[in-house]
Amino acid sequence: MADEQADSETARRATAIAEEHLHFEGPLLPILHAVQHELGCVPEDAIRAIAKVLNLGRAEVHGTMTFYPDYRSEPGGAHTLKLCRAEACQSMGADAVADAARAALGIDFHETTSDGALTLEPVYCLGLCACAPAAMLDHEVHGRVTAESVVALAEGASA
Amino acid sequence: MTRVYVPRDAAALALGADAVVVALETEAAVRGLDLEIVRNGTRGMIWLEPLVEVETDAGRVAYGPVTAADVPGLLDAGLLECGTHPLAHGPTEEIPFLARQTRLTFARCGVTDPLSLEDYEAHGGLKGLRAAIAMTPADVVQAVTDSGLRGRGGAGFPTGIKWRTVLEAQADRKYIVCNADEGDSGTFADRMIMEGDPFVLIEGMIISGLAVEADKGFIYVRSEYPHAIEALESAIATATVRGILGPDVLGSGRAFDLEVRVGAGAYVCGEETSLLNSLEGKRGIVRSKPPLPAHEGLFGKPTVINNVISLASVPVILAEGPAAYQEYGVGRSRGTIPIQLAGNVRHGGLFEAAFGMTLGELVDDVCGGTASGRPVKAVQVGGPLGAYFPRALFDTPFDYEAFAAKDGLIGHAGVTLFDDTADMLKQARFAFEFCAVESCGKCTPCRIGSTRGVETIEKIRRGEDVAAQVELIEDLCETMKYGSLCALGGFTPYPVMSVLNHFRDEIAASPEEIPAR
Ligand SMILES: Cc1cc2nc3c(=O)[nH]c(=O)nc-3n(C[C@H](O)[C@H](O)[C@H](O)COP(=O)(O)O)c2cc1C
Ligand code: SF4
Ligand code: FES
Repeated sequence: MADEQADSETARRATAIAEEHLHFEGPLLPILHAVQHELGCVPEDAIRAIAKVLNLGRAEVHGTMTFYPDYRSEPGGAHTLKLCRAEACQSMGADAVADAARAALGIDFHETTSDGALTLEPVYCLGLCACAPAAMLDHEVHGRVTAESVVALAEGASA
Repeated sequence: MTRVYVPRDAAALALGADAVVVALETEAAVRGLDLEIVRNGTRGMIWLEPLVEVETDAGRVAYGPVTAADVPGLLDAGLLECGTHPLAHGPTEEIPFLARQTRLTFARCGVTDPLSLEDYEAHGGLKGLRAAIAMTPADVVQAVTDSGLRGRGGAGFPTGIKWRTVLEAQADRKYIVCNADEGDSGTFADRMIMEGDPFVLIEGMIISGLAVEADKGFIYVRSEYPHAIEALESAIATATVRGILGPDVLGSGRAFDLEVRVGAGAYVCGEETSLLNSLEGKRGIVRSKPPLPAHEGLFGKPTVINNVISLASVPVILAEGPAAYQEYGVGRSRGTIPIQLAGNVRHGGLFEAAFGMTLGELVDDVCGGTASGRPVKAVQVGGPLGAYFPRALFDTPFDYEAFAAKDGLIGHAGVTLFDDTADMLKQARFAFEFCAVESCGKCTPCRIGSTRGVETIEKIRRGEDVAAQVELIEDLCETMKYGSLCALGGFTPYPVMSVLNHFRDEIAASPEEIPAR
């Protein structure tokens, strides 16, 4: 019963967000971004609600949503730490930084710490390639990170 | 009152610029100093960030890299009065890295307050748009054609020819789309201009709209660039209030509206047709061509789709005339190119120069070699789909055709340095791995071949019948090159084959076992 109520609340909010974006040309990505921003993810109920407002099939909205790495169907941690895995950062030791972060947090990429504090995500370039290796904690950018600094960053966010 | 500049560019923020501002404000309050802090874009000398500049009677002088902890000592040494200090570099524009550049597209970046329209106009902004308003659409297109400008997103297609196709297309609606997906590793020119001079991109897009008779534009920015998104939103709001965007652009009677759209983490959405699908709210699958976007683009309408730097270079072309732009460069590569020096680099950042400098001049003279101080082993030019160049090819000039002749590409002009500890086989493996992760899935060679490539390289690593595996990779690369719809699958062979061809001694303990190609 409690679950059903939670679900309908999700649907209600997703419907409202979708309706607010109806005047956009090509509204689906802005809607998915807004829903994820508000709800922390895009759950199945939200997909059905968006599909209904946009007059699309559920499968179509689901197909679009799952194509893009940014959207998640389950909520992530309270914070997200993105570590750059691309070439310029590799040239400055990004692989070792990533290994240290994974070991310290006890999780792999795409996983969340057991206390729900932090999700670790790979990213392929943050445009900070002249101060590599780079990381982003939520929207906060960090350059020339080291194994120690990135672990401190992760632990600071988890505290 | 003394004016002090501390950049707001994401790279400066990543190196502690906000903390420097807080320290300056705190110290100014304690010492009773009258400071005006301007958050400018970056000058592009990233190894000096945060770069603090002080306005003096003799012009702007630079200090960097400054940390918050340096601030009291800098003030003691006379930061505001051109004092000497180990972090002092003298007049900013005399720093050799900056002095040897030709800044056309990036003329204002790092100089002005990026969100101030007054500053923008005081430094030559809107001159190009005013010129374009006084011209016929066909003449604007002709000016861009005459400038020799080629697309800076990677493919190098002549911008004027693309615009002419859209101008000549008959339709009730046309669009201008700016490709700000900048996914290539080693590149940040788009980000830097969007954060450091967003009005120049807006101006370029309006000119494009006038030229092809489109009244709506979209800027598709990757979600990894929150600071660029914020700067663009703010600049668009200002431009709208001031009548530069909207129903009557600068009183011309012509309309142009602009919207920022945010990507969702897919590299392939930088490919133009995938980007259009994404804007339409679909999966970012690559479309077959024809039809060209210029004929049937966004929502099936004729569409100009250009890279940020292509569009941001248009205002100066209109303001100074195509001949002035066209004078720079070599061969069929005209004008300037903002080269991004990245990775294991001593002096990294953005270097705008006329086409024609050699890779060696850039790596040795401009960059001063690696950050680690070790010898340069390889340089990847053009992002994840670009070739790795060994020192033997450092005489290659920055020119589209010259790079193509060496089985490489300029791409978006990212140059990533690797020192002698780099493991080239690992880099080749990563090229396949990246392709597998980012493939849109439409073509088999790209989707499946990339994964086969990773497995094959692992066999080489284990020393399993190396000669046969190398041959397999060569075949696989041929298949990907000719059997892929777009450059993700089609160009992944460039980095892979460059490793096989130029770093063959790393592939096997005894390279003579591998037959020469
Ligand atoms: C996989 C892939 C990714 C691309 N990424 C970008 C990008 O991030 N930015 C960009 O401007 N062009 C990118 N391109 C090139 C575009 O398809 C297109 O050529 C460009 O937007 C055209 O603009 P221009 O003529 O101004 O360069 C990419 C191409 C491919 C195949
Ligand atoms: S080459 Fe790869 S990314 Fe490009 S269209 Fe084919 S499958 Fe998609
Ligand atoms: S490659 Fe890591 S920030 Fe660009």
